[in-house]
Amino acid sequence: MEYQNSMKISFMSKSQNEAFARVAVAAFVSQLDPTVEEISEIKTAVSEAVTNAVIHGYEDMEGEIFLSCTIKDNLVEITISDKGKGIEDVSRAREPLYTSKPELERSGMGFTVMEAFMDEVEVESVKGTGTTVIMRKRLTSI
Amino acid sequence: MNVSYFVKRENLIVRIIGEIDHHSSEMIREKIEREYVRQNVKNIIFDFSDINFMDSSGIGVIMGRYKSVRERGGKLGVYSVNPQIDRVFQLSGLYKNKIINPYSSLEEAISNI
Repeated sequence: MEYQNSMKISFMSKSQNEAFARVAVAAFVSQLDPTVEEISEIKTAVSEAVTNAVIHGYEDMEGEIFLSCTIKDNLVEITISDKGKGIEDVSRAREPLYTSKPELERSGMGFTVMEAFMDEVEVESVKGTGTTVIMRKRLTSI
Repeated sequence: MNVSYFVKRENLIVRIIGEIDHHSSEMIREKIEREYVRQNVKNIIFDFSDINFMDSSGIGVIMGRYKSVRERGGKLGVYSVNPQIDRVFQLSGLYKNKIINPYSSLEEAISNI
């Protein structure tokens, strides 16, 4: 019988909640006794996805961001979604250094960081409807 | 989040205490830019010893400051970067492209920048 657990939260699309979201996921995942490095990677990836939802999904307007995390044995799956404007061209958005908002001093490295720090990153986006990012990581600590 | 500075020779040393994400990066950027404009220095050296989290928003801050120092013929340096943040720096090619140079200490940064 495999171990399972899950949690779900939603919060307003405010930049203050970027820290809240990554700390909430880190606290939930800590039951798997991850390494410092694994926790740091997960926090960074969550921060990138939530920041995208705040800046690009809702363009700093009010909206709701949904975050869920499931654990199956040592596999962590994190889903972050918004009901914002969606991404016009997902493969372009995933290119390193591409940013649709260069005026904001954004690096365009968000998806690259998520991909580097997680095992798998899936992006589903429909223009005008929203974006969902699903990230998976198998922890080595157990 | 706290940003403090001091000047040593031609360098503005910037010490950031806290976390660098999208939320904090806007304030950090404004503070550093204001101080750099005020001071008659060329280079900016970041003390990263009290930063325990940074995502790609920090890369945006560094790239923006690179533009500022280049206008004065200056360079960027950083020291005491923890291994996790170092990976974000490496991923983004900031070291490889000589946008910022990593050092192990303030002394090393000042003598080699």
